Order: sequence, then structure tokens, then C-alpha cells
Amino acid sequence: MSVVYIDTDILIIGGGAAGCFAAVEIYKRSPNCRVVIMEKAHIERSGCLAMGLNAINAYLNPGQTPDIHVSYIERQFEGIIRKDLVYDIAQGLNEVVRDVEEMGLPIEKNEDGTYKRKGKRSIRILGERLKPILAGAVRKTPARVLNRVVATNFIYNGKHVCGAFGYGIRDGMFYVVRAKAVIVATGGASGIYRPNNTGEARHLTWYCPWNAGTGYAMGIRIGAEMTSFENRFIALRVKDVHAPTGTIAVGAYAKQINALGEDYLALYYKHLGGNRCLTHHRLLATVEETKAGRGPCFLDTTTLDEAQERKLKEAFLNMNPQVVLLWASDDMNPRRRPVEIQGTEPFIVGGHCQAGYWIDKGRRTTVPGLYAAGEVAGGAPKKYVSGSWVEARIAAATALEDVKGNCLEDVDHEFIQKEKTRVLSPLTKKFGLSPVEVRERLQKIMDECAGGISMNYALHEERLLEARRLLKGLQEHVRDIAAEDNYTLVEALECIDRIDVARVLVEHLIYRKETRWACYQTRLDYPNRDDKRWLVFVNSLYNIHTDEIKMIERPLC
Amino acid sequence: MSIFIDENVCNGCKGLPEGRCERICPGNLCYRKESMKAAIRDQSACWTCACCVKECPVQAIELRLPFQIGSNGASLKVRLKRDKTIWTVWDARGHQEEFVIQAKHVKGD
Repeated sequence: MSVVYIDTDILIIGGGAAGCFAAVEIYKRSPNCRVVIMEKAHIERSGCLAMGLNAINAYLNPGQTPDIHVSYIERQFEGIIRKDLVYDIAQGLNEVVRDVEEMGLPIEKNEDGTYKRKGKRSIRILGERLKPILAGAVRKTPARVLNRVVATNFIYNGKHVCGAFGYGIRDGMFYVVRAKAVIVATGGASGIYRPNNTGEARHLTWYCPWNAGTGYAMGIRIGAEMTSFENRFIALRVKDVHAPTGTIAVGAYAKQINALGEDYLALYYKHLGGNRCLTHHRLLATVEETKAGRGPCFLDTTTLDEAQERKLKEAFLNMNPQVVLLWASDDMNPRRRPVEIQGTEPFIVGGHCQAGYWIDKGRRTTVPGLYAAGEVAGGAPKKYVSGSWVEARIAAATALEDVKGNCLEDVDHEFIQKEKTRVLSPLTKKFGLSPVEVRERLQKIMDECAGGISMNYALHEERLLEARRLLKGLQEHVRDIAAEDNYTLVEALECIDRIDVARVLVEHLIYRKETRWACYQTRLDYPNRDDKRWLVFVNSLYNIHTDEIKMIERPLC
Repeated sequence: MSIFIDENVCNGCKGLPEGRCERICPGNLCYRKESMKAAIRDQSACWTCACCVKECPVQAIELRLPFQIGSNGASLKVRLKRDKTIWTVWDARGHQEEFVIQAKHVKGD
């Protein structure tokens, strides 16, 4: 197999919301800076935005300020967030949205030209083509895009990151991209837990099924400090197709009701704030209703009029067309029948929750030369797409400043050979475990021992210790994975990355001995929130030489 | 089934190095067979994101749902225009609904 060598100034790994925005930003600030984007799919429609988006949920509408925004997110996350990071994001939200509107994104407007608000922090957009719009902006820059090249590891000399290795899914080439700085923007991790749907529907997940946590895994393998993996995210979504409930609840003012038709939040969960409760309590209440025999739960859409119903369908077509198809398939129009809701499997993300790289205000990770933006960057929850753009802007500015005077590092030939052998080894085996078998094993372990759907998301030390043991065993089998072609090779690499993420996740879940975020992190053996002891960040460092994960605590700042 | 490809309509994107659906699929699932007709390598790996449905210029691909979830003949097709997206949804009884939605600001509009 041939090797392709590419030299650049800044390498961006992942051409999603954050990656595309970073490339545009670098060009704006420094037109002569060479940029390469390494993208696993095609930047025109890749990552979580592939289907589109119907709202921007991090935006400061009139009356909102960065300070109010930070307090809101701090409350939502039970006191643990990186206020410094969230504040930066809040300050930049409205400007980046304006920039993307300028790129061509249609935003719904009132008659006076102001944006139509969906909530205090949310505006309505017509974002079916958001991803192609961002990709179009990248095309106007000289950035070189490597589509269908999947990143496998950073090039790391023990001191700093000097590029990344990639595998060409279409051309079968091995890529060695040297860079003076690397911005990782790969997105979070799906497929760690057993999903709601199985068999032919196994990929009808909330989060993009090809976001395999590769950006986390590559950082873990070079000892980058990770934060808050235990702050998992579980979405409350339309049953079976995982369309966003916010589109209905906030967008169409539908109430959450149980099987008895009761407004269960107001009736049984007043102590949590009733209809104004935190996002994770909305999920908790729904899980509890089902346990109490008052499930399933619904969004009451039966009061909508015809025009509202059509408007709702339009909003979903822009973001999640499956739900419209679901209604069409069984005479289930939302006016006729309320929409059933359920919790998804847990995901590890830094955009809704705060799992990810531990970074400074400039979005530098703890490894020199490596910057993080978007879902892979930790500590700043509810940043969503617009916050990811702000983060990309900050990371781009910092990286540009830091690379001044830097040179490209030589990459040892043996080092390249070693990584090439690792990446290709599944192709050299005639017999072995298939990626499907390994994925199913991982998802079974995580579901049953680390608080998946079948356990109502609950965690318990004994089970978690079992997860630790079983994952260690599963990792031994990584060398037995066999792949027959490029497609299954990528699946095999994804399995390896997911196992690395899962092992770190389980250590985080074991370490936090309290219940901080209901459902996201419910410890049956430590059922209370303990502010005296646990108002801290739980971080981790993996040592690839000893195969040990060291846990550390960081104070709130 | 997640997507249905009508081989009678698919023109194989002749002249292009890869099919448009093959180029766009975020999961690397679409490919061209020897017959130059588009195919999906694994229905169970499909996210039903409809990117291929949108990308096909001859509407040879339609979105359906896996049978365990729904379907019953319901399907969805899309046509992309420069600044808008046109959706056609057929329900289980064959009733058709169309949506025309603005998708992009085009300079000069």
C-alpha cells in the first residue's frame, strides 16, 4: 500500500460544524495559512448535521446576556460547568449565527426583520441545507479537503502533536499529514451502548452512527487529559425515530402527558420544578412514569390545528424526515394521536453534555500542538451547533497565533510503518472476529453493566467493576478482529476507538461516588448529590505504556 | 428497508467517477454495481438521513422505514432546487402530500 505525504500549517480533523467553521475562520484571519481538512465522509453532508437542523438552540435573544446564559447552564448542570469556556461561547453566539446567515442559511424572521424566537435561547432556522452551506463556504477558501480519509492516530513525538495518520477509505492509501498545529473536531461518540432499535433499524439512532468517538480515542491514546465522561447524554426523543421533542414541546407548545392523560410534570414532579424542570429531570420523570405503570408518555399534539400540524411536519423535514414518514406509515398524524416519547441510549458528547478534552480558554488541549473544538471539547455543555462555531473560531485564532515560527517535524519511518501495520492488520486476517461481533459485545457489556436502557440508566459499583473487567477482556480481542474490505476495516477501527472510549467512561462512572445528573449519571449506591465532596471535575489520563487510566480531580474555576 | 433504489430510474451517474449517492452517503453505504446501478451495501447500517435521496437528480431513491418501525408502503422523495427543497410524502393509503421549503438564501434574491 502506498503512502501519501502531505504537509500543511494547520490540520483540521473532522469537517463537521466546527471543522468547516475553523477552516473558514483561518482563511479570514490569515489567507496564506495552509489548511487541510481530514474528513471521514464527504464534507457536503457529514456528521450530525447531515440531515439538517430546524433551530439554533444556543442564541441570546433580546433580554439575554452572557451572564444570564452562564447561570442558566450552570443550573442545568447541577453546578458543574467550566464557566470560563461557557462565557466565551455566550459572547460569540450571535456573531457566528450572523456569519452563517451570511453564508446562505435562511433564518425565520418576524415582520420587523428580527429573528423568530423559539424560546429564550433559541431561534427557528430553515436548515435542511446547513451542512452544504458550510461546505460551500469552505470551498471558497484554498483549504484542501481530504474526503473519505479516516483519522487513525495523531503523529505524536512524546512532546507535541505534529500531524495525524489517516486511511483512505476509497483509495486504500495511507496518509501521513504533517502539520504545525492540529485542531480536532471529530464529534462525540455513538454506538457505545446498545441502541433502542435493533436489527435492520439499529442505526436509527439520535446521534450520527458514524461518530465513533475517534477524536476522543486518539487523544486518550496519547495521554491527553479528558474531562466529565461520566456526564453522559441521554436524549428524550420521539419513540423509534428519535426526532427532537423540542420541535413539538417548545415549537408547538405541546404538553408532556402520561398514559392517563395527566400533565405528569406538573402533577407528580413539582419538587423538581414541574413544567420548568431541568432537561434531565424531564427525562427522569418520563422514565419514572413508566416504572410507576403510568407510561407510556406522550407529547399532546392533538390540540394542534391543521396549519400547525403542517408547520410541524415542515420543521421536521428540515431536521428529521423519518418522523414524517413514521406518521405517514400508520395513519398517525399528530393531530389524531399524541406523539410517544422515550429516552435514547446514552451517548458521550461535549455539545449537549460536557464530555471531552480538558482545554484552556484558547481551546488548547493538555498536549501541545493539539486544539479541540465542538463536541470533542469538554466542559461547555449546551453549546450545540452555534457554540461549536464559536469554539472553532477561538481554536483557529489560538492555533494561528501559536504556529508562528513553528517548523514541521520529521516523522520517523519506523513510526509510520508501525501505525500502518496496526491500521491494516484486520485486513491480513482470514479468520477472526467480525466488527459486528465486537460491537455487539461492547454494547451488551455497556448496556447491562454501565447503565444502559435495560437498566433504566442506573449505575452501581459492582456492575461497573464487572464492566471494567469485561472491557479489559474485550480489548484483548481487538487483535483478533478481521476485515474483508475497506468498508469493514473502517468498522473494525471504529470498534477499537469505541472500546478505548468505553474504558475511560467506565472509570469516570466508577470514580464519581454521588448522583449528580439524574439518568445521565444515577448511582444507586450513592443516590444523593454531595456538594461538599463532589463539586469538582473528574478527569482522566491514560498511559498507553502501562495501560493504566489515572483519575484526577480539578476544582471548579 | 431504509432506502429503496429503483434500478429502472437510476442512470448510474454516467460519466462521473462515482455515483452521486455514493459520493454523498455519510456512512459510505451506497456504491455502484457492475451494471452501473446504485445499491446499498447494508440496509441495517442506514441512518435514514435521506442525503442520497436528496442528491439523486432523477429521484431514483426513496426513503422508507425499516418494517419493524413502520413503512406499510409509506415513502418519501425529495427534489433539490437552487434555493428550495421539495418533499413528496406518500402515506400508507397512497395519499400524497407535498412540501416546498426554502433551503438557502441565494444572493440577489
